[in-house]
Amino acid sequence: MTRRLAIAIVSLSLLLLVLIRASTGVMANPFNDPRALGSWTAAFFTLCMLSFLYGDNPFFRFAEHVFVGVSAAYWMIMAFWRAIVPNLLGNLAPEIPVALFGMQLPLDVPLTQRLIYVVPLVLGLLLLARFLPRGRTLSTWALAFTVGTTAGLRLVSYLATDFMAQISNSLQPLIVLRDGGIDPGRTFSAVILIGGLLCSLAYFYFSRERRGALGVASRIGIWVLMVTFGAGFGFTVMGRVALLVGRMEFLLRDWLRVL
Amino acid sequence: MRSRGPHEVEGVVGRRVIYALMLLAVVAPMVWRISFKERPSAMTRDIFAAIEALPPGARVVLSYDFDPASEPEMKPMGDAFSRHLALKQARIFYLTLWPLGQGEIDMVTRRVLASEYPEYRYGTDYVNLGFMSGNEGVISVAMTDLKKGFPTDVHNASTGVDGGLSIMRGIDNLRNMDLIVDVAAGYPGLREWIQYAAVPGRIPIIGGSSAVKSPELFPYVPAQCLGILAGIKGAAEYEQLLLERYPHFDRPESRVALERMGPQTVAHLVVMLLIIAGNMIHLTRRRREGGAA
Repeated sequence: MTRRLAIAIVSLSLLLLVLIRASTGVMANPFNDPRALGSWTAAFFTLCMLSFLYGDNPFFRFAEHVFVGVSAAYWMIMAFWRAIVPNLLGNLAPEIPVALFGMQLPLDVPLTQRLIYVVPLVLGLLLLARFLPRGRTLSTWALAFTVGTTAGLRLVSYLATDFMAQISNSLQPLIVLRDGGIDPGRTFSAVILIGGLLCSLAYFYFSRERRGALGVASRIGIWVLMVTFGAGFGFTVMGRVALLVGRMEFLLRDWLRVL
Repeated sequence: MRSRGPHEVEGVVGRRVIYALMLLAVVAPMVWRISFKERPSAMTRDIFAAIEALPPGARVVLSYDFDPASEPEMKPMGDAFSRHLALKQARIFYLTLWPLGQGEIDMVTRRVLASEYPEYRYGTDYVNLGFMSGNEGVISVAMTDLKKGFPTDVHNASTGVDGGLSIMRGIDNLRNMDLIVDVAAGYPGLREWIQYAAVPGRIPIIGGSSAVKSPELFPYVPAQCLGILAGIKGAAEYEQLLLERYPHFDRPESRVALERMGPQTVAHLVVMLLIIAGNMIHLTRRRREGGAA
């Protein structure tokens, strides 16, 4: 009973506020101004999403489904017009997008280049073959190509920029000199970085019992990891609060115009 | 009886009371316009210096790899970068690896470039290459041939010699760029730009990242990336530097992140107080239950 009463009071208060502000002309009228209609729709969906804070409800689920559906459709349309038409058709048969869609594309594409683009066309069609009763096996060929190419591409870049380069970045001098003397700030920073790195690695060394120096280092390593997780949590809070501020700004400033 | 953890403070305070407190912490500073002066960090100063050092006509890729879901954090960064780059008369190549990023680029070019820099001409001083599907594959292609990765701009004009986009003249691939600026909220984003463009091509890169993703990107600084603006705090620091260096920027639209730091700070204080309160309740209960046993 208390819960329903709280929902009713909050909903009626918001409705009353909106009616007062709309009737006095402070808020934009959605029936006259298409931009205002967009604001009202966005405000409605924002409130639907925020209603989840009280509990799962039909408004939240409706907004969630609309969001997923619209996003999927937008992705598909964008991929079609920005990738398939200019990149695939534009190389395979540029005459089609130029004639049908008025795109400015070079028409003098050599035959060899056109033939090469038959490969991605076939692979793309094979992906769609999974919807056919006996086409599942065919689609695995296209998937295998995609997975293999991506793995190959990533392996090389990870080895170069993450694995090797990160080791190289960690090999820093412990004592940093500046103007003929020791730079205390950077030296302290370097000691913390190298010490923290070694202790964190010690925590993940499982081939020996953690006693003595290894035990001390691994315990410090746990603290280093905890500090890292704490910093990560702080950043996450900052990100989420920023999103809330953005939505509140929209509701109060752009829609209700109370700020 | 089992001692309840700090996370079970809900039994005392209530989940909805915490939500209401957070709402109040965010809305109250907005109503009373509470904001704080930011002290830019060394990393933010490095990023600012990198753009300050660009000569007029420098070629810069500005990649908008985010969508409306992370817009409150990322848009102030993108706007500040665009303002600063236009002020330095850089030639800006906008592009995105996120489908919904194209709309964000449309907005920044209309709100910032077209209205604040009317002398900036599309096709000559900046171009919107739009979205291209393929994640890091697009970066790899653009490293060898930018026009193959982006055959047309968003208005379907060819990026080739016959397209009428004079900004594209002399551009073969990303190696022709003087700087890459990536404003990214996730995958594909700054990590991919570092891995597939900046490091192999030895192209200077700076970035703005969502707060959640920032901690995992910091190890790339400074050897592989000149600096990263982390979340709304990084954006506010950058706006502060812009205002200090160019006071004529002191307009409401140039202080978006700075204004958002007021609610941000108060909300963080509330979270910290709640964590302390939760732990105190937990410790008090444990002591009481221990005494009773």
